[in-house]
Amino acid sequence: MAQIYSENTDKCKLVKTSDETVKFLLSYSRSLNIVKHEGMTFENNLN
Amino acid sequence: MELQIDDSVLVRDYMSGDERALEILIGKHNQRLSSFIYSKVLDRTITEDIFQDTFIKVIKTLKRGSYSEEGKFLPWVMRIAHNLIIDHFRKTRRMPKFEGSDDFNIFSVIGDDRLNAEKQLIKDQIDCDLGVLIQELPDDQKEVLVMRIYKDMSFKEISENTDVSINTALGRMRYALINLRKIIEKKNIVLTS
Repeated sequence: MAQIYSENTDKCKLVKTSDETVKFLLSYSRSLNIVKHEGMTFENNLN
Repeated sequence: MELQIDDSVLVRDYMSGDERALEILIGKHNQRLSSFIYSKVLDRTITEDIFQDTFIKVIKTLKRGSYSEEGKFLPWVMRIAHNLIIDHFRKTRRMPKFEGSDDFNIFSVIGDDRLNAEKQLIKDQIDCDLGVLIQELPDDQKEVLVMRIYKDMSFKEISENTDVSINTALGRMRYALINLRKIIEKKNIVLTS
């Protein structure tokens, strides 16, 4: 039976930011705590 | 079929504390935003950096609660990225960086000609061994060789200092080298790095 030897030649990858960067952003978001008090804003990074 | 949740809903959820909404937002716009940045900076690493800085600004603005859903979420994020791209180019114009290309590498023209640590160690060892071998030469030859090699004196200066003619000094130097080679050969020493 004839076999198909063709392989996926689509080597063009679309630009996408890596999972590491995305993970970093999600962790950053979780650790960031912004408190507002008497018109002042405080940024806390709970790391 | 994947269910597409509207950006405004996700933003509202995120602002009310749902971290999962941010993940969906990033995942949803990752490719579009990355491609936009990449099309301007043409460098994957810089793209990642700008993407990260963009979302840090987005996160801060949303957490502060100072985002108002006047326009759409994506154009707002794109605007932030656009401003950061401009900042990036301003910075690089102030500090031009030359990286070369595939067929020309700047490091082939300018280079550090100092020896690396290993080669320096080998060279020091050879110099040290050679110093010991020189001690085995007859005094007159040793004197000329030390003056020429270690003190960098000319043969004229050597002849004046040792009260011999230039030809004698040259001859002593020649014999010093011949004898040195003989000693090295006799002792079966390898003095190469």
